[in-house]
Amino acid sequence: MAKAKKTPAILTKQMMFCPGCGHGLVLRLIAECLEELGQDKNVIFGIGVGCIGLAGNGLDADKFDALHGRSAAVCTAMKRVNPDTMIVSYQGDGDAYSIGLAETMNAAYRNENFTVIAVNNTNYGMTGGQMSTTTMPGQKTTTSTHGRNCDITGMPLRFPELVASQFPGVAYVARGTMTTPANVNKLKGYIKNAFEAQMNHEGYSIVEVLSPCPTNWGMTPLQSVERIEKELIPYYPLGEFKTREAK
Amino acid sequence: MGDMMKGNIAIAEAAVRAGARLYAGYPITPSTEIMEYLSDRMPEVGGVFIQAESEVAGINMVLGGAVCGVRSLTASSGPGMSLKQEGISCASDEELPLVVINVVRYGIGLGTLDSGQSDYHRGTRGGGNGDYRCIVLSPYSVQEAVELVGLAFELSEKYRMVAEIMTEAALGQMMEPCDLPEFKDATKMPGFIDGKHTNPRISPLYKNRIKEAGEIKAKYEEVKANEQRWQDGYLDDADYVFVAFGIPGRSTMGAIEQLRAEGHKVGFIRPITLWPFPEKAFEKVNPNVKGYITVETNALGQMVDDVALTVKRLRRADIPVYCLPYVLGVPAMQRIHDDFLTIEAGEMKEVY
Amino acid sequence: MKVLVRSERCKQCGYCVANCPKKAISFQEEISATGYRPVVIDDEKCIGCGICYSMCPDWVFEISGEGGDK
Repeated sequence: MAKAKKTPAILTKQMMFCPGCGHGLVLRLIAECLEELGQDKNVIFGIGVGCIGLAGNGLDADKFDALHGRSAAVCTAMKRVNPDTMIVSYQGDGDAYSIGLAETMNAAYRNENFTVIAVNNTNYGMTGGQMSTTTMPGQKTTTSTHGRNCDITGMPLRFPELVASQFPGVAYVARGTMTTPANVNKLKGYIKNAFEAQMNHEGYSIVEVLSPCPTNWGMTPLQSVERIEKELIPYYPLGEFKTREAK
Repeated sequence: MGDMMKGNIAIAEAAVRAGARLYAGYPITPSTEIMEYLSDRMPEVGGVFIQAESEVAGINMVLGGAVCGVRSLTASSGPGMSLKQEGISCASDEELPLVVINVVRYGIGLGTLDSGQSDYHRGTRGGGNGDYRCIVLSPYSVQEAVELVGLAFELSEKYRMVAEIMTEAALGQMMEPCDLPEFKDATKMPGFIDGKHTNPRISPLYKNRIKEAGEIKAKYEEVKANEQRWQDGYLDDADYVFVAFGIPGRSTMGAIEQLRAEGHKVGFIRPITLWPFPEKAFEKVNPNVKGYITVETNALGQMVDDVALTVKRLRRADIPVYCLPYVLGVPAMQRIHDDFLTIEAGEMKEVY
Repeated sequence: MKVLVRSERCKQCGYCVANCPKKAISFQEEISATGYRPVVIDDEKCIGCGICYSMCPDWVFEISGEGGDK
């Protein structure tokens, strides 16, 4: 059953992500959803600090490179002054859940009507692989060289679950991944739901994506995908934690 | 003259009339009334008010508004202003127009609740990373504060720079009669982000920094050449010239009247722009001037450095520059008067 | 041809190779200008399902939509 598929027009240049990194795939799904919803010329991205900085000039859309961790605050204001423009905050786990945890959480708490796409690769990628709030117990990083000791550093943070359980008014919360074609399709569905929730002014939406980081995990891309399936998904379950209210 | 208005309220209303349609910030004494007033007034005029969870979030929110072309402001003091420095550095790098109201409270760290002028160096040199400048305006009355708010929005939009109103606790809290300006156009400023990618921006990671350095320098030189503002008096026959800004500037002007009535030839320069520093004012001073005296409410003397740099470059290197750092509060005219006599009698050592 | 391959974009991650239901994708022998062994598709085996497009993080593929069910 052949169907024509072409890279969305707002992705104009190849990006310098590592081989096997999830960023390029997630960006493509975002661009496809925007195109399919007719919003590709009506969008502003708040870009976090991290590997996403490598997106550079390959994304042909309005964007603002926020200071590290602050994208949720920037996007709060951008949406308040442009209520009918799609506002997408695109951040890594370090940007959204470590340095930016206060801003990220407060935007969810206030039920701000924008969408967060949080790409979780369980480490601070751009700076060379330090421990993050989402690093797994025992995971070796450059700042947990013997493996993360959760007794003194805390257990990995499950932010979507926190939002869904503590901020009950939010519109949509999900976690997906890109390890198989089925998961990629589900992830695209989650992103589309989140965008539709925003277009309908239903409130805050967040989709976390478990993403491979072959470079800092010291693995091949396919081994990274296996790590996600075997080690990450059991701790970070996939699915929708808050679905859109039936209207 | 107009109705009695509290400084903070007048400043907030002036911002609305200058076209501001986004406020985001956090309460901190002695600036809080600005936020409280705008929590009602902004929505009333169709603008956006956001109570931010911190000053860090607040400055980043107004960055978001500014990059979308909305005239935006935030207000703070002391440690809150410290929190905003990263954001102000970012706004300067991104060349965003933005107005920040600093109702200065004296001190370091948590500071005090007293009026002060201890943020002068930080405000005029930039407190975030990198080399940049912000336009810094200092009012000496509620009426002048109202006018400078309008000017701040105008200059920040013209030059795509952050403009800081550096006022102080005493002015924020006091009441004076004041006329408010007419309402200005509040539609979005052209040339910013609109969702349609009309005005593409270059990410900071991809800018040509070498080329940009020359452009920034040229911009700041243009501001220095064209936007210096000050008030002066009795400069052509002055033996001693006082330099003071804000409310201490007002006390100083009062002390000068007393001293002149007693026959002392004293003059004054009251900077209104702290950056660009009003160097041109010093060209008007009597060539036989014997010395300069700054009056400041801080501990170490800050503006005295700029006065010394200016006068020793423009005139003679051996002119003494004195400093009267009254630490905090509002210096009494009598105190300035008496300390002048000490200086004139050669009993106080100059700083430079 | 069912799939256009922009091999200069390929970073040899292997996601398409591992997920192609017809095992139609393989790495070429020669190293490209960007230092990778980009993928090639055997058009005979390919059914144009688009899974390679779906799994690719570097937007290498364009599915033409030709070729019916197999």
